[in-house]
Amino acid sequence: MMLLVTSGVAPYLAQAESILDVGDTFIVPLLLKLAFVLGIFFVVPLVAGYLEHKAMARMQHRRGPVEAGPFGTLQLVADGIKFIQKEDLIPSAADKWVFAIAPGVALVPAMLALLVIPFGPGVFALDLELGLFYVLAASSVSVLGVLMGGWSSANKFSLFGGLRAGGQLIAYELPLILAAIAVAVQAGTLSLVGIVEAQAEFMLFGTGINLWFVIPQLLGFGIFFVAALAELSRPPFDMPIGDSELVFGYMTEYSGIKYAMYMLTEYAGMVTMSALMVVLYLGGWQLLPGVPLPGCEGAGGLFDCDVTGTLLGVVVTFGKIMLLVFVMVWLRVAYPRLREDQLQRIAWQVMVPLALLNLALVTIAKVVY
Amino acid sequence: MAPSAPPGIGLLKGLGVTVKHLFKRPTTLMYPHERDVLAPRTRGVIALMDENCTVCMLCSREGPDWGIYIESHKETVPPAKEGGRARTRNVLDRFEIDFSLCMYCGICVEVCPFDALWWSPEFEYSEYEMGSLLHEMEKLREWADTVPPPPPLEEGAVLPAEVSDALAKAEKERELVAAKELEAKQAAEAPTETAGDAPKKGKAAEPEIHVKAGEIDQETFDRLIAEGKSERMARAKAKAAYVKKEKARLLAEAEAAGGAAEPEAPAPKAAEVKVEAGEIDQETFDRLIAEGKPERMARAKAKAAYVKKEKLRLRAEAESDTGEGTGADEPAEVPSELGASPEAAKQALDAGDAGTAPAEDAPDVAAEAATTEAPAAKKLGDVHIEGAGEIDQEVFDQLIAEGKSERIARAKAKAAWVKKRKQAKLDEEGGA
Repeated sequence: MMLLVTSGVAPYLAQAESILDVGDTFIVPLLLKLAFVLGIFFVVPLVAGYLEHKAMARMQHRRGPVEAGPFGTLQLVADGIKFIQKEDLIPSAADKWVFAIAPGVALVPAMLALLVIPFGPGVFALDLELGLFYVLAASSVSVLGVLMGGWSSANKFSLFGGLRAGGQLIAYELPLILAAIAVAVQAGTLSLVGIVEAQAEFMLFGTGINLWFVIPQLLGFGIFFVAALAELSRPPFDMPIGDSELVFGYMTEYSGIKYAMYMLTEYAGMVTMSALMVVLYLGGWQLLPGVPLPGCEGAGGLFDCDVTGTLLGVVVTFGKIMLLVFVMVWLRVAYPRLREDQLQRIAWQVMVPLALLNLALVTIAKVVY
Repeated sequence: MAPSAPPGIGLLKGLGVTVKHLFKRPTTLMYPHERDVLAPRTRGVIALMDENCTVCMLCSREGPDWGIYIESHKETVPPAKEGGRARTRNVLDRFEIDFSLCMYCGICVEVCPFDALWWSPEFEYSEYEMGSLLHEMEKLREWADTVPPPPPLEEGAVLPAEVSDALAKAEKERELVAAKELEAKQAAEAPTETAGDAPKKGKAAEPEIHVKAGEIDQETFDRLIAEGKSERMARAKAKAAYVKKEKARLLAEAEAAGGAAEPEAPAPKAAEVKVEAGEIDQETFDRLIAEGKPERMARAKAKAAYVKKEKLRLRAEAESDTGEGTGADEPAEVPSELGASPEAAKQALDAGDAGTAPAEDAPDVAAEAATTEAPAAKKLGDVHIEGAGEIDQEVFDQLIAEGKSERIARAKAKAAWVKKRKQAKLDEEGGA
């Protein structure tokens, strides 16, 4: 909050220059940024989905998709086409308008979150000074779509699923935000680009050893990761879907393109959360701690890059994102679903106190050093 | 997890297990490109060997899904023997399995008492329409060609009763043949015995008239098709006709080459002069016992002699009725084959055997067979025999003895039975 107050008169304005800000007109950068965000939104989740298909299959001694496209890479595209062709069913007892817009309400925030996430040196649509706040706020809106879908389906399983999702997202929002605040405290900024820069410049106390925030805030990273899994309703926190008890939770009555929108929300969420973790804890597009990207001159060797440095930075970021997505898949394969009471107990009795402890430690350390 | 292990170590172990399996080879079989070798008893599709079906309806009634439809009609079969009782027989008209209803429980296959239903491992018969899953008799018959041979019995397992019986019989026959050879040698030594070399010749010629089945007699086939018979039946009959013709031709060739043809005509013939085996020729028995032969052998030979005698007698009777012995071929009963004993030959002469009869019995019969067989074979296709269900026990035993599988033996024995009946009918018509 203090940061917010002291940061100036226009905290919502862009801080750093994006490579998409070309020319003097308003419209060209706008269109470029739209295309950028939409491209990321519709492509990267499919890659993550393909990774999930393949990794999960191999862990289960299967081959995963093999027929659609080379090595089955176009399987999710084929699935998307299939979903578009399917009949769009709306239950007769459903609250039709709410039912219809609920997937969109869940989907759009996932898209909006991508607006401020930096994928490389200058590779972002916008660098808000309130970036972290914006991302967390936007992703929190998704739960509204889930609740709307669960309520309007006029199905008890959907309602259970929706309410479980609501309870779960509220419970895990808190540790997630507390962990993120600790990062903001350590970095001294809410801008995501600024956090990456802060990590490149962060030295172990009194030495010249560069470290990412994941080392001093290992506890915070763990909390953030678990809370992110729960936010996304990913196994082992997929009680809102809970196929064995709730049919398919809030998605029970959905089919066709609306169902596909919910699924896309999940995968886009995985990408967004992974990207956020990369930015907050894993040094952004920095290859290794203390190693500047070739062709970059700015702070920590991460800014004002040429083409090679930019491309390398993007590759590094996406590599880290996919690594985290893989870990999410790995956890999904390894662990059974938690019980609803276990989920709530972990959130309120373990995660929140630990997050507060983490925040306190970071704040004290920040003040001391 | 040991009690002393730090908390959460189990979670890491879980991750270790999954990541270990990540690097193992997938067990997936890329089905359309690769194919698995299915277990021999795979329940793919149910095949029908309709010649085995007796329309007992057990399969239709026992199947829990009621997906087997059978239609049949009854036919009267003339008595096998003179003065016998006419029998009714069920003739299968329609046999269908609806695989859209079938739950592949296999109860119909289990319950079939005559081995008409079999499991085949074929499974690629999906259809675009549900109705196409109704497999007709012809289709089910085609599946029968894909039925794998039954898995071999375990070491030391007891053979099925009929198989072991057949093997025992074959062994006995070999003994008898050996004894007969011995006897024939003895007979050749004695100057008064005229038919001394007949059995030997017969044995030598026997394998010659083995005709490979498989080709069809196009003429017969075309004619049957023209008559409106089903393709399957026409094919089967044409095949039989081909075999018959070939045998006749070979026989004629052998005769032309060797002067004296073999006395044994091919197996499925001359049911008219079928004689109930079981009684013994007391005269032969006494003589053999007197010669110091063991009782068992003596009994067997005496039996054979009795059969031979009876047949000759019956044939003579038939000939005296018709004047000419066209239909009376040498019977193919296995016991009769070894019955060319001197007594039988003498008896034949006494009974005033068929027209051209010289001193020797066997070559005469063979010649007769050679001359009468070709026209008979041509006509065989005309004869329509309803009902195919019984088997020719001799052929069955013989094939089992030859090491054929039970299924094949059964099928061939059945064919032999049908052929025999046809021949009998033909002879009957000729006689009348």
